Amino acid sequence: MTTLQAAAVVLGKELRAEWRSRELLNTTFVFALMVLVIFSYTFHFTSVESRRFGPGLLWIAILFGGSLMLHPSFGRELANDTLDALRMSPVEPFAILFGKTLANLVFLFLVEIILLPVFAVLYNVSLVPVLGRLTFVLVCGTLGLVVTGTVFSAVAAQARMRELLLPLLLFPILTPVLIACVECTVGLLGDPPELPRSWAEILIIFDVVFLTASWLLSNQLMEE
Amino acid sequence: MSAKNSLNLLAAFALFVLLGVAGYAALFIAPDEKTMHEIQRIFYFHMPSFITSFVAFFICFLANIAYLARRAAKWDWLGVSAAEVGVAFCTVGLITGPIWAHPVWGVWWTWDARLTSTFVLWLLYVAYLLLRSVTPDAQKRATFSAVFGIFACLDVPFVYLSIRLFRTQHPQPVVFGGQGSGLNPTMKMVLWICWGALLLLMAVLMRQRYRLESLRHEFEELSREVENRAADREAAGARNRGGLAQ
Repeated sequence: MTTLQAAAVVLGKELRAEWRSRELLNTTFVFALMVLVIFSYTFHFTSVESRRFGPGLLWIAILFGGSLMLHPSFGRELANDTLDALRMSPVEPFAILFGKTLANLVFLFLVEIILLPVFAVLYNVSLVPVLGRLTFVLVCGTLGLVVTGTVFSAVAAQARMRELLLPLLLFPILTPVLIACVECTVGLLGDPPELPRSWAEILIIFDVVFLTASWLLSNQLMEE
Repeated sequence: MSAKNSLNLLAAFALFVLLGVAGYAALFIAPDEKTMHEIQRIFYFHMPSFITSFVAFFICFLANIAYLARRAAKWDWLGVSAAEVGVAFCTVGLITGPIWAHPVWGVWWTWDARLTSTFVLWLLYVAYLLLRSVTPDAQKRATFSAVFGIFACLDVPFVYLSIRLFRTQHPQPVVFGGQGSGLNPTMKMVLWICWGALLLLMAVLMRQRYRLESLRHEFEELSREVENRAADREAAGARNRGGLAQ
């Protein structure tokens, strides 16, 4: 079995497990929605301000929701020691990590697809004209989030206070991704809408660098 | 007295003298700055603390890579020593900054590029130390903190680039800047002395921290051995009693 095939098997397993319970998607979506609502009433936005601050809030909601959602990725393997079973399977360690990363990408992207229309209505912005480019930013930003987040989920799973630890590890590392995503979204919601090239490039390079790093370090991460 | 101890004493003495000279030079030898006057003298400890912390973080990064490549515990000890000392120096820089900024800029803190990115750097290594403090298993602690340390170091260029693109207000580099920048030669000399003193302080602290970590490791090994032997003795005692009963 090649690494990609094995990763696809792990991805299938994660999707099946989530399909049976649907806990992760529901809770993450409702959490992200709450973040959007809480911000709107703690800051008393006027409609002009809500356009200005909207992109930042959208990405904070995605970041907070994502950091909560990523913890079970390895955390729920602990309950029945299923991580050992995964480790014993005759596949590359990166396949396990990559399969889980892809699964998290799918989950978080699904949450974003449901969150976007709600965001557009609540913050009074029209997303339809820039939907293609916005999807590109969402995918790149989410990929950066889940690549680092899945690695740190494996790291935090072995620690005490793991639910608290994951955001602590994740937020400072994601500073550049968060800034780049917000700047791209601000550009796309501006008049005229445009995607700032340098920020898009930072996002892509970040994704490539950290995906490569997680590939190089996967042996150490997955060992007993 | 062993050679090791006399080296430690010599380093401590050199450090004592050098820190004294640096303090004196910064306060009395360096010329008065034209617009900022006395408060500018904090610069001789502000900037060197940051550069020293960057050196320490880089040592931490190298130790992390070496640990993952070689799996020798000593690289893990070096990594945690460098990270702790780096965080300490970075904290000094982050505290002296606002003390300097308040009279000069009129605010304690501003979310300018260099301040923000250095703050994020500090948070990254605080997270590294936190991760270590909550991971009970020694081997996993070493491996996972090394992985996180490498991720953190890879992140630093992105943090600096993105925040620099985002906003900047901090004075452009004066010391190693381009044309029209530069320090008065005496100021430059004082700066080098201060940096040398802090660098030596870093080395001495790191060495002591490394020793502490290796002693802790030795203590853990010994107490494990004591436990094992006690268990062995108990088992032997039980066997003997069983033999006598027969």
